[in-house]
Amino acid sequence: MRINFGYDISRPRAIDLDNNDLRKSLDIIAELPEVESCIGCGSCTASCTAGNLTQFNFRKLHTSVRRGEYKGAYEELGKCMLCGKCRLVCPRGINTRALVMLMKRKLGDF
Amino acid sequence: MARRASWQEYQKDIAADNYYYARSCIRQNFFPGSERAFLDILRNDLKINIFDDPLHSSCTGIGYHSDVVPLETIMTIVARQFSLMAEAGYENFVSSCITSFGIYNEILATWEEFPETEERTRRFLKEATGRELVKPRSIAHTSDVMFLHREAIARRAKHCLIDVATGEPLRVVEHIGCHYAKIFPKSGIGGSEFPYVLAGMIESWGGEVVDYPERRHCCGFGFRNYLVQANRGSSVANSHKKLESMSPYKPDFIVANCPGCAMFLDKWQYAIAEMDGTTYGVGGHGIPVLTYEEMAGLVLGYDPWELGMQFHQVDVEPLLNKLGVEYDPDAKFLGRDGKRIGRPKSVAVNCSEQRQIYQIKDNLVRW
Repeated sequence: MRINFGYDISRPRAIDLDNNDLRKSLDIIAELPEVESCIGCGSCTASCTAGNLTQFNFRKLHTSVRRGEYKGAYEELGKCMLCGKCRLVCPRGINTRALVMLMKRKLGDF
Repeated sequence: MARRASWQEYQKDIAADNYYYARSCIRQNFFPGSERAFLDILRNDLKINIFDDPLHSSCTGIGYHSDVVPLETIMTIVARQFSLMAEAGYENFVSSCITSFGIYNEILATWEEFPETEERTRRFLKEATGRELVKPRSIAHTSDVMFLHREAIARRAKHCLIDVATGEPLRVVEHIGCHYAKIFPKSGIGGSEFPYVLAGMIESWGGEVVDYPERRHCCGFGFRNYLVQANRGSSVANSHKKLESMSPYKPDFIVANCPGCAMFLDKWQYAIAEMDGTTYGVGGHGIPVLTYEEMAGLVLGYDPWELGMQFHQVDVEPLLNKLGVEYDPDAKFLGRDGKRIGRPKSVAVNCSEQRQIYQIKDNLVRW
């Protein structure tokens, strides 16, 4: 940057599905196909013990991962205490705890 | 074919003569030559009567959209403009500013929907100025007027929008201000989705309209978007998105019908070049941004410096050369009295030395 105007060009927050690498995401869905039945209701986040104490947002996290946004996901998943409340409230019966473990296994490199 | 049918559903009656002219705050500061050119083209070239009233004021739209001017106040100010028009003996109101145009339409629609607000405004106007509110017979934006007379201008054309070196039509990006038809689609030619007001001029004068993905995206002006410095990153991001989108189509210039859009699409190119080092035109230059009066003025053979094109951040000379317009490069920075007023240093957007800012004071001393 040559001149500092006191602001920068805000980058779009849109997720670019054309350019994101979806291979890991497709791997995760292949191993746990029930993830695709998620309706994004947010019950997992609302009932999350970790989310009550931190900014951890499981709905946002797994939605981003499914769309190929992996950066920082592994570290964020470290906040999950694996209590399983989210699994109890999921209206689609998704094994969310298994999803946490699966994502940690797949995304360690990101 | 479907697109044409679509815009033709949105038409409006534009008065052909006897206009009352309401100026724009931004244009008087950044494009004063354009307003002058509009009056000259109508009066001298087209022999049309237009009244430029020194009594009218700002519509206060900038303050209204920034939440510092209350609705009742702006309604009373607009009512005063209308009563001034009636006192001058006119009934066709033309606004030079897109924001004002949106304001006038919004307030007339509000009075229609909520008659009690009109009654209240009449009372305020009477108490504050002693005037009576008379509503205009027609409201048009100045680009509507230019659109209406585009064929008459084409018949008097000295230059067409054609590259004189290749004979090919110039590729023109048209940008319509959001408040032209996005608030009230029926108030614009072609509605909000397919506004034809500038495209019609470009086609009539020999150019080719560029259709690109972000054609209808906002320029990022939007008052609150830029008034607070912390928000300007969001403002410039809008122009950035448009410029990134149009650049692959290699447009020769951009034309806008909104004061803010013409200013921001021009000046954000400077800011982006300085921040990011990116320019969007051919050969490392920025893309020149014109007002429709400047475009019409060039077509009619006006001197580019009389049109005020030296006010632009992105140099227009490459475009003038393409059009075959004769101009005196040395006269670019002459004041009205013929004295030199200082020359800005070259900047990245015009593909010259970098890390330069205006040093008019130094240059004045040197001259």
